[in-house]
Amino acid sequence: MQSRASLSTPRITPWLFASPALLLLGLFLIAPFVLALVLSFTDQRLVTSDQLPTEFVGLRNYERLWEDESFWAALQNNLWFAAWVVPLQSALALGLAVLVNQKLTLSRVFRSIYFMPVAVTMSVVAVIWSLLYAPDAGLINRFLQLISAGAFQPVDWLRDPQWVLPAILLLSIWQGVGFQMLIFLAGLQSINPDLYEAANLDNASAWQQFLYITLPLLKSSIVFVLITTTIYAFQLYTQVQVISSSGTSAPIDSMRTIVMLMVHEGFKSGKIGYASAISVVFFLIVFTISMLQRFVLKDKAAA
Amino acid sequence: MTTSRFKTLLLLLLGLLLCAFFLFPLVFMLVAAFNPDELDLLKNMSGIAAFWPSANSSLENFRDVFERSTFLRSFFNSLLIVTLTVSLGIVCNSMLAYSLARFHFKGQGFLLSLIIGLIIIPFEAVAAPLLLLVNQLPWFSDGQWSLGWLNSYHVQILPFIAHAFSVYLFYQFFIALPKDLEEAALLDGASYWRIYWSIVLPLCKPVIATVAVLQFLARWGELLWPVMVVRGDEFATLPLAMQTFFGQFPRQWGDIMAFATLATAPTLLVFIAFQRWFVKSAIASGIK
Repeated sequence: MQSRASLSTPRITPWLFASPALLLLGLFLIAPFVLALVLSFTDQRLVTSDQLPTEFVGLRNYERLWEDESFWAALQNNLWFAAWVVPLQSALALGLAVLVNQKLTLSRVFRSIYFMPVAVTMSVVAVIWSLLYAPDAGLINRFLQLISAGAFQPVDWLRDPQWVLPAILLLSIWQGVGFQMLIFLAGLQSINPDLYEAANLDNASAWQQFLYITLPLLKSSIVFVLITTTIYAFQLYTQVQVISSSGTSAPIDSMRTIVMLMVHEGFKSGKIGYASAISVVFFLIVFTISMLQRFVLKDKAAA
Repeated sequence: MTTSRFKTLLLLLLGLLLCAFFLFPLVFMLVAAFNPDELDLLKNMSGIAAFWPSANSSLENFRDVFERSTFLRSFFNSLLIVTLTVSLGIVCNSMLAYSLARFHFKGQGFLLSLIIGLIIIPFEAVAAPLLLLVNQLPWFSDGQWSLGWLNSYHVQILPFIAHAFSVYLFYQFFIALPKDLEEAALLDGASYWRIYWSIVLPLCKPVIATVAVLQFLARWGELLWPVMVVRGDEFATLPLAMQTFFGQFPRQWGDIMAFATLATAPTLLVFIAFQRWFVKSAIASGIK
């Protein structure tokens, strides 16, 4: 059937179906991707002029990047964010998934409410939390004072270079954790309930069941969530951008991320060549993390 | 029996506490949005009063937002840009996937690996050279702008229509779809375009919903690209307008929260109406 159909098919037909998306991908993804590689070795500027022709500069952009303190500060911010957001958000998501997977009367309501912040746009989330983080009499400060019986000293969260990233961490988890909860929930629901029944007969405790049944069978969901959250930590932009552009935030190097630095160099300063070098480094980071996922999952398939 | 009852109660309590954690910023936003008295708002914000409508609640802040900000304009821009991107994307991406799943042609294997490879490239990695590219693209520019494509609708739509991961989701769906109906139609003399449009597309409603929800969430919240290509209010989207309004001084928190409420309400309502699809989409995104 297949071959008969394809015999009478003009050779051009599949390409006609493929062409709109292929043209768009070529122009807006492949071309700029190749351009990023090429331009990172030039001094290309956003606004070109005849007096200043673009020149090949070899590795100069990368050498400058190596010596750029703002770049290291940005990389450090991303690493700090990843180191905290990945374990915290993944563990919380798993906990929420286990909770809404219980047969409680309100489970479905819980699931909807935990997921709700995902439907709130990140720039709006950043704005709402900016007021919650208000200095002195802000709600977060007052709450911490209340539960510490007054021992907590109020903090100016978004202006304090030490606290601005932790503050952004909390609002990011609040907004995003519901999504990962659903991925874990799908994994949990694909586990055969007979396994838990058998474990119950063997008098295994709930904790033992979680450790020896749930966690191993959830491995691919766990790897997926860990890797995507790590990548997301390196793509961090919107919430930091909104807070840093508010005019009432900490010094830029204490919160700026790699993507923000790329925008600053490429768009604000018009140094496309330099921004391209940042883009290439950023891509290599994301690429390495993605490969790690494939490696870990393949490892599991072989076992 | 009593221990399991106690456990259930404990879990319910924990669940409710977590509900409070996920709901309090939204309630806080709503209450502040309806409080026209800035001093009263700041006085109430540090305690339990922040979560109860104040006695002088009114719609004044919302009136301010419509009068003093470009909310309606940016809302319309967001709606137009996101709707066009998502719907054109569904057609283009499913066509490419259909071609990969249903035909045999030279280069097919390469094309499939290419699409899967492209999934890895994040937009952030191509934004800077893309800015240079659209800056120099000649088409569509009306002559007044020497800046190429900047400050327009199409610069915010065209780069995001084709989406490798969406193609992949459609492809996965097509290869699992039985071909009987299509082959019968082919024998009846239907053209491939007709088969795709009137048989295949209607059959893939579930994956269309998945792709639509994922793309809607991503595009609706996009801030990076608008920051780079939009100047002024004419073509600004909601996230950009939110950022601008937030950065204006003197800061009126009542107005800001009213803006935030107006920007959030549509997506929250869509979420409540189509919750089932949101859940399915989130799960589908995990099958990478």
